[in-house]
Amino acid sequence: MIAIGIDVGGTNTDAVLLDGREVVATFKTPTTADVTAGIARALEEVTLRGGDKARAAAGLTIGTTHFVNAVVQRRGLNRAAALRLCLPACASLTPFLDWPADLRAVVDGGAYLVGGGFEFDGRLVAPLDEAAVADAARAMRREGVTAVAVTGVFSALSDAQERRAAEIVREEHPDARITLSGDVGRIGLLERENATLLNASLLDLAESTAAAFDAARAASGLEAKLYITQNDGTVAPVSRAQAFPVFSFASGPTNSMRGAAFLSGLDEAAVCDVGGTTTDVGYLRRGFPREANNVISVGGVRTLFRMPDVLSIALGGGTRVVSGADGIVLGPESVGHQLTTQAQVFGGATLTCTDIAVAAGLADIGDAAGLAVEPDTVDACVRAIHARIADTVDRMKTDAREVPLIAVGGGAMLVPDAIPGISEVRRVRHHDVANAVGAAIAEVSGETDRVYRDVAREDALEDARALAQAKAVEAGAASDQVRTVEVEDFPLAYLPGNALRVRVRVVGPLASAGGLEP
Amino acid sequence: MSAVARRQLDAADMKALALGAWILGTGGGGDPYHKYLNVKRLYDDGYRVDLLDPMALADDAMVAVLSTMGAPLVGQERLVDPAVALRPVRMLEAHLGRSFDAVMSVEIGGGNGMHPMMVAALSGLPVVDADAMGRAYPEAQMTSFAVAGLTPFPLALADVRDNDVIVSRAADWKWMERISRKVCTEVGSTAATCKAPRTGREVKDHGILYTVTKAIELGRAVHLARTQHRDPVEAIVDACDGMVLFKGKVVDVERRTTEGFLRGQASLDGVDDDAGTEFRLMFQNEFSVGYKGDQPVVMTPDLICVVDSVSGDGIGTDVLRYGQRVTVLALPAPEVFLSPAGIEFVGPRAFGFDLDFESVFDTQRSGGAR
Repeated sequence: MIAIGIDVGGTNTDAVLLDGREVVATFKTPTTADVTAGIARALEEVTLRGGDKARAAAGLTIGTTHFVNAVVQRRGLNRAAALRLCLPACASLTPFLDWPADLRAVVDGGAYLVGGGFEFDGRLVAPLDEAAVADAARAMRREGVTAVAVTGVFSALSDAQERRAAEIVREEHPDARITLSGDVGRIGLLERENATLLNASLLDLAESTAAAFDAARAASGLEAKLYITQNDGTVAPVSRAQAFPVFSFASGPTNSMRGAAFLSGLDEAAVCDVGGTTTDVGYLRRGFPREANNVISVGGVRTLFRMPDVLSIALGGGTRVVSGADGIVLGPESVGHQLTTQAQVFGGATLTCTDIAVAAGLADIGDAAGLAVEPDTVDACVRAIHARIADTVDRMKTDAREVPLIAVGGGAMLVPDAIPGISEVRRVRHHDVANAVGAAIAEVSGETDRVYRDVAREDALEDARALAQAKAVEAGAASDQVRTVEVEDFPLAYLPGNALRVRVRVVGPLASAGGLEP
Repeated sequence: MSAVARRQLDAADMKALALGAWILGTGGGGDPYHKYLNVKRLYDDGYRVDLLDPMALADDAMVAVLSTMGAPLVGQERLVDPAVALRPVRMLEAHLGRSFDAVMSVEIGGGNGMHPMMVAALSGLPVVDADAMGRAYPEAQMTSFAVAGLTPFPLALADVRDNDVIVSRAADWKWMERISRKVCTEVGSTAATCKAPRTGREVKDHGILYTVTKAIELGRAVHLARTQHRDPVEAIVDACDGMVLFKGKVVDVERRTTEGFLRGQASLDGVDDDAGTEFRLMFQNEFSVGYKGDQPVVMTPDLICVVDSVSGDGIGTDVLRYGQRVTVLALPAPEVFLSPAGIEFVGPRAFGFDLDFESVFDTQRSGGAR
């Protein structure tokens, strides 16, 4: 299968053209303020270098930090209303309560609490107050708020009330665009509601961004189907991705990890991605990033939803190095994308980790003649860098078992060859575009999460798997290559009819776009 | 009452209390975050809370002993509400035909350390600077009041609907726990309670005194250490006369939910001075026993606190996970639990460990520990 992957990072926009396991073309260009211009530039170049192959690509996958940046910088967000199905419970801790004031000022489109919600065992807190939902929808319509986040108590157990509430809102407020918390997050009402609200606040931006991406694709003459990479290491067709922008928040580190898995052939490994400013460490399980299960703060808002378990430290190729009376101080500042003018090997005056790598013979970048650093200092710096990376890798380990580590990113030369608890450090070709490779390998997922009653467990699991498979195929997966990556089932006590909740997730590579093969 | 005996708590005190109570939760009791958010909101709305020196209580004063009862996981979805927390207080007043003079927490550790602040803000009643556990414990009979043989009833319980339950009599503390736990499960595994009222005399004689101040000071010390870039773990040890038992990394966690409790164990591999050694923590909601190798070195009622080695934040038994860098601390148990009756109620055997209680602080003094 031929595919194009583009990863828009904070510093660079990276692109690759992939044919099966072969990296046909790569391209790096500085990320532009107008993200789309960088993508258009990358597409132009890849099409030029890849020729017919590029035009035969079945998929074009873009990974972008655009949405998470919008939240962090409070830019391009739309107002969103919170509809919480909870009364008589949860009345005092109202939506937006623990948000930073500046973000709240931009997003808060009103909060509506209505009767509803489930208990932990599936019984009702209260039946859904349909009249109150309709009232709330009319009020939102009057206020001109079209993005709506619906959050029900224990909706992770049953989303029946959230779905019904969405129907009512649509009837009363036809322009409403609705995010259901059950589709977004996990147990933890405030954090799930926060993630749902953030998602709703990004719907305008997601729509315009998706349209701009597609316009860039069309302008390049490519007919490849457009996908956006997701936090969990899969990709989503642009239609779904634009409904769930929060699912692309952490696609940067995720893409690197997926790319590292692909380039190394390893499915179970640690991944250390050293960029210009930060180093991200995560772990691969069955080729996908291990998930975090803790509260993650995004732009000052506590959230809980599917995110990769990644530890980032301020250490990268552009990190400033100061050697003084206090010993070696690494960062936390970085020269970032000004590396090529400020680093000593590029004629600049700033000592960076890249300069240290060149001085230590770990890399051949720029001109070593520009270096002004003592050999002792170089040794001490290398030791300090290695210690930081080794410690970060160790912090993320979950057991004593030794695993291999894949070093990727533009600063991969900073990763030491020996790390305690690591069986080997694997260096791979194209490591500096691993993120774009991760985007290009483009596997789509399908997920079901439903409650079965009076059905044998095996039959329920099989049915859920078939439904998930159908969703994956609908999203573009090759039907004969879909595999199950996650199965979870647990009985719901107190519910009649031996209720069993089943969650199945399958993934598969994109089906080749038959008609486009040359 | 003198000005010193009663002082108004400010917003910074509440923040410090949330931090300190979580550490004193010894792994359980739930994160005080939601209750803190409630109190912060009440403070923003102009409500205030007074803290009362227990010695300023009249002997015949009537004190409401409060808590949220239930499963911490449920509390993550069924968010606590001050108005509901106030209801059982009013129920018991109606039941007894008498008004309360003050409120207090049954346990200073975890979310319940913050609980009476919500009720005090709404009712105007002062919070007594005391509790009945000095930490968090999983069951209602594990209190200084139970150890002293005080009456376990009546108890009022309210849920978010219109369900009000009063247990007017119970054969003993364990029966009170069983009956009220059953009701609590039925209403969704979270309920506001007002436990057997205590007289001022009873609080002064059998309460664990000045624990609210202790939690606030602990929180302040940790916060201060962080802002001054000093070691917050050391600040906890200094603030509470505690000791560091082990520094390590979580390498295994095993949990199961049985009979409504979170039971399990965690294994730690040592770092720094403890490199090459192992530590095992057993828990039932809270940490109950710690083993160094095969040797039990610390056990309840000594407080076993597990904190983040860098931030000093308390780590709950429900969020312990692989890879965390933690420090295991012991803080001294309240005197009342060191008596034979105390050991019977909250010693290792009360948690199913066939061990004779030995305080790590005694072992330490005789040179037994590290």
